[in-house]
Amino acid sequence: MAAWVVGSMLAMSGCLMQVLLRNPLADPYVLGVSGGAAFATLIGMVIGVAVNFLPWLAILGALVSILIVFGLARGTGPWSGTRLLLTGVVTASGWAALISLVLSLSPDNSLRGMLFWLMGDLSYAVLPLWSLAVLGGSFILTLGLARSLNVLAMGETTARLLGEPTRQMLWLVYLLASVLTATAVSIAGSIGFVGLIVPHLMRLLVGSDHRILIPAATLFGGLFLVLSDTLARTILSPQQLPVGVITALLGVPLFLLLLNRARLKGV
Amino acid sequence: MTDLVCQSLYVSIAGKKVCSKLDLKLAPAQSWGMLGPNGIGKTTLLKCMAGLSEPDSGSVLLENQSISKLPRRTVARLLGMLQQHTVYIFDASVLETAMTGRHPHLGHWEREGALDKQKSLDAIRAVDLEGFESRSVTGLSGGESRRLAFASLIVQEPAILLLDEPTNHLDMKHQIRIMNQVGEQVANMQRSAMIALHDVNLAARYCSHILMLFGNGDWQAGPAEELLNRENLERLYQCPVESVLTSTGKRFLPGGQS
Repeated sequence: MAAWVVGSMLAMSGCLMQVLLRNPLADPYVLGVSGGAAFATLIGMVIGVAVNFLPWLAILGALVSILIVFGLARGTGPWSGTRLLLTGVVTASGWAALISLVLSLSPDNSLRGMLFWLMGDLSYAVLPLWSLAVLGGSFILTLGLARSLNVLAMGETTARLLGEPTRQMLWLVYLLASVLTATAVSIAGSIGFVGLIVPHLMRLLVGSDHRILIPAATLFGGLFLVLSDTLARTILSPQQLPVGVITALLGVPLFLLLLNRARLKGV
Repeated sequence: MTDLVCQSLYVSIAGKKVCSKLDLKLAPAQSWGMLGPNGIGKTTLLKCMAGLSEPDSGSVLLENQSISKLPRRTVARLLGMLQQHTVYIFDASVLETAMTGRHPHLGHWEREGALDKQKSLDAIRAVDLEGFESRSVTGLSGGESRRLAFASLIVQEPAILLLDEPTNHLDMKHQIRIMNQVGEQVANMQRSAMIALHDVNLAARYCSHILMLFGNGDWQAGPAEELLNRENLERLYQCPVESVLTSTGKRFLPGGQS
C-alpha cells in the first residue's frame, strides 16, 4: 500500500514538473525538494532521532527547500521557467554537497541505513493517513486542471492567449508537484526513476492529453512501485534490496525498449 | 459589437520607440494591415494590443475596459492572436491541437462536445489540412504548423483577430487561402483583424485600413487607398518603389536601377 501511494505521487509529480518546465527531462527531484528532505533526515539519523520522527524531518527539509527555491525564483518579472529551473538545480546541488558532507562525517555503522534511505527504501515505510488525503486531493485538483495543463504545455504565451492566468497557474502547479514529492520522499526516501520514466511511458502509450495521462500515470506509477518493491523483497530473500535500485534496473530497459518501438512506428 | 481601442498609446522596446501617442479604433468589419520594416516593433505592438505586455503609457481598451484589468479568460473569448512562430514541443494530434481553441469557452470539468469537435473539423478543412486529423503535430512542416495554428484561432472564435505575419512559411496558394479566410471572418461575421504583413500587395488586396510604423515612434493610419501610395511606401521601406495598375487595383514593386 505504501508503495502504491508513493509511486502514484511520484508519477503525478513528474507529469506536473514536465509541464511546468516544458522539458520532458524534468523529474520530481530536479528542483531540489528531495535534497532538502534527504539532508534533514540524515541529520536526524546522525543525532539519533527516533525513527518515527524521521518522516517529519523529511517534510520539514522539503518545505525549507521549496520555500528557498520559491522565494529566490519568484522575482517580479514575468514567469521564467529558466530561472526556476536554474534556482532549483543549484539548490539541489547545494543539498547534494551537504549530504556528502554528512555522509563523510558520520560513523560507519549508520552509513548503511543512510545509503538505503538515499536510494529509496520501503522496508520500514509506514503510511500516514494524511498522505492519502494529499494524494486524493492533488489527484482531483490535477484532473480539474487537466485541460489547462494541456494548454500550458503549449507554452506560456499560447496559454495566456487561450485564457489561462499563467503566472498563478504555474505557481500552483509548482506547489502541487512539490507537496506531492515532499510527501513521497518523507515516506520512502528518494526513489529515483519513477517520476521520470512513468510519465514518459504513459505519454508513449496513451498520448499527451493530461485528462488521460494523469490517471494513467497515477495508476501505473503505483503499480510499478509495488512490483519493484515485491522484487526488492524477494530476489535475494531474506536480504532486502533498496527499491530505488530495482526501479532503475526495471525502468531503464523498459523505457529504452518502448522508445525504440515508438521510433520504429515512426511517431 | 466589440471594439479594440488604442488610446494615446506609447510603446517601446529596448529603448526604441515603436509608436507614440497612437490613437486607433479597430471596429467590426475592418481589416487592418500593419506595415513597417523589419525590427520596427510590429510584434511588440501586437502583443501590447493583446494585453500580453504593458504599454509605457496610454491604454488598450476592449469593450471599453482596460485589457490589462480584464481576466485573461474574458479576453480570450473576445480576442485571439496568431503568434509569429509556431513550434509544437509535446506530442498531440492535429485535431486535439485545433480543439485547444475551445479552451476559453469550456469550464474546468467540461469536455469538448460534438459541436466543439465539428467546429474543429471545419477549421481543419478550411486550412486544407483535411486527412491530417490524427497526425502528430511534432511531424508537421513549417507551413502546416502555421495553418494549424490559424485553425486553432478560428476555432477560438474571437471577435478580434491579431495576426502576426500569418503568411510566413506559406506558399502562394495557402497565402491566398488564409487571407481569404481572414476576409470571410471579417466580412461575414462582423469581426475585425489587425494583420502584421511584409507583403504590401497582400495588404493592398485584403486590407481596408493600414497602419504604417516608420520608426522613432512615427506612425500613420487610415483607409488603405489613401495610405498605400509610392511616397509613403518609399518613406516606409527606404527604397525606391514603383506602382503598377492591375485589373484588381494598384500593386507595388521594388523600383530603381537593377
